[in-house]
Amino acid sequence: MKLLVCVTKTPETTAKIAFTANGTAFDTNGVQYIMNPYDEWYALVRALELKEAQGGSVCLINVGSPSNDTVIRKGLAIGADEAVRINAEPKSSLYVAKQIANYAKSEGFDIVFAGKESIDYNGSEVSAMIAELLDVPFISYASHMELEGNVATVSRDIEGGTEVVEVATPFVISAAKGLAEQRIPNMRGIMMAKRKPLKVVEPIAADDLTEAVGYELPPAKSAVKLIDPENMDELVRLLSEEAKVI
Amino acid sequence: MVLVFAENIKGQFKKNAFEAVTYGAKAAEIMGTECVALVLGTVENAAGLGTYGASKVYHVADSSLDSFDAQVYTAVIAAATEKLGAKLVIMSHSSTGKSIIGRLAARLDAGSVPGVNTIPTVDGDLKVKKTVFSGKAIAEMAIKSDLKVLSVMGNSLQPDASGSEAPVEALSVDVPASRIKVKEVKRMEGIVPLPEAELVVSAGRGMKGPENWGIIEELAKVLGATTACSRPVADADWRPHHEHVGQTGVAIRPNLYIAAGISGAIQHLAGVNNSKTIVVINKDPEAPFFKAADYGVVGDLFEVVPRLTEAIKKHKAGA
Repeated sequence: MKLLVCVTKTPETTAKIAFTANGTAFDTNGVQYIMNPYDEWYALVRALELKEAQGGSVCLINVGSPSNDTVIRKGLAIGADEAVRINAEPKSSLYVAKQIANYAKSEGFDIVFAGKESIDYNGSEVSAMIAELLDVPFISYASHMELEGNVATVSRDIEGGTEVVEVATPFVISAAKGLAEQRIPNMRGIMMAKRKPLKVVEPIAADDLTEAVGYELPPAKSAVKLIDPENMDELVRLLSEEAKVI
Repeated sequence: MVLVFAENIKGQFKKNAFEAVTYGAKAAEIMGTECVALVLGTVENAAGLGTYGASKVYHVADSSLDSFDAQVYTAVIAAATEKLGAKLVIMSHSSTGKSIIGRLAARLDAGSVPGVNTIPTVDGDLKVKKTVFSGKAIAEMAIKSDLKVLSVMGNSLQPDASGSEAPVEALSVDVPASRIKVKEVKRMEGIVPLPEAELVVSAGRGMKGPENWGIIEELAKVLGATTACSRPVADADWRPHHEHVGQTGVAIRPNLYIAAGISGAIQHLAGVNNSKTIVVINKDPEAPFFKAADYGVVGDLFEVVPRLTEAIKKHKAGA
């Protein structure tokens, strides 16, 4: 089974978010980067589990600059066999999807994994786009997956419940919490990762059809109004008359 | 033309569909064009979407569309877009919409912005805003392509049902065969799903155990709210997985978010800090959540929550 896992680099979850250049650029000053948690904890680990159970190979793919290699090496340390970096700035989701789909098409993968969304742009789009560009089924928000032969049974999260679907390879799947358990790389994995192949591929031509033109921070909250725990009538009055939410 | 894909659940249109049509009508007004709706599969009261601003409802009635397949839905919506000559396609930012928007954008080679929460401005490029960095910032996005696709974040506008019913017209497009099989759909009945809920009551580790959740459910029932929980609670299986709100769970923006016994880690705040009003109940006055709250109650939740439930009962009886 040939498995491809799309990984992206994001600011770590507790990073302070600020902008420079008059609110047009993300302030990278002091920001630590990680592999997007949905990609690392769920997509990558489920792919590794399938390889361990059935044989095959796990390849990582990322679109980004050489500074992403640290994050990619971590994925190799966790257990992926090889990695590909498309050497380009990932400026829009369709641009990224076209790069990945182009590579995936040339190699032919059975399953393409990605996290359900990145924690920076929260778009959830790239995996769906790759599926369309490859003309294969797309199973989103997968929280459980079993594979028998080439047929997968997947539970996917929907509003207030779950849906169970059956799909044959090839397909694209986006991973939600529950699909697998996070793995911490061990020393042997980290040493081996240094020798695993990380191929750099130049991008194909593609347009950016969307562009972030400005950023702002959410309006600051005014100071919390403390209510006497004995007086919940007062809280209800404020929610009704001041906040007008009940 | 603005085309709104209005999704249904078992033939019924829900609030997210009404929001999407209302959004589409407002966008159409700004662009000086008309807004039409597209409905798929077996549906009831498609004409009612007219009250939210659709001038016409196109219906692809093929019953194979009664179960969801992102690939098939994309092909059908793309065919309708091309046939009708729509320039802007709108859908809900639901599990369905989120599974389609990227596919549709790739198929039509259109610029797309998922999860928008403002009506577009059209000054040269079409521009919309969405939250980014898991709720910690807002980005303004410009779309440069002729054809555009947007999905509308739940609770970002009030559905406006001031119009009248619209004519429903059958639309003939090719419906490809599905390559997946939907085996089972398990959905909690009679509960407003979290992304659509206007009122949410949430609780965390301060509850000490799943057996104590009765007071949270009672408060939610009296308010007409949906229940939610923090990550540690879902991880410990005290509450179902789909109730988990926060950065790795569901991101929500209700009018009222009441959090009891949740300390307010930054990852939790990321999923809820777009709520209009936040009430925090915690016995620890140093809990970081108080900094993000509008109203705070420092006290024992096992006393405060039932007291709040009683106060709301009294308020409702008086109102």
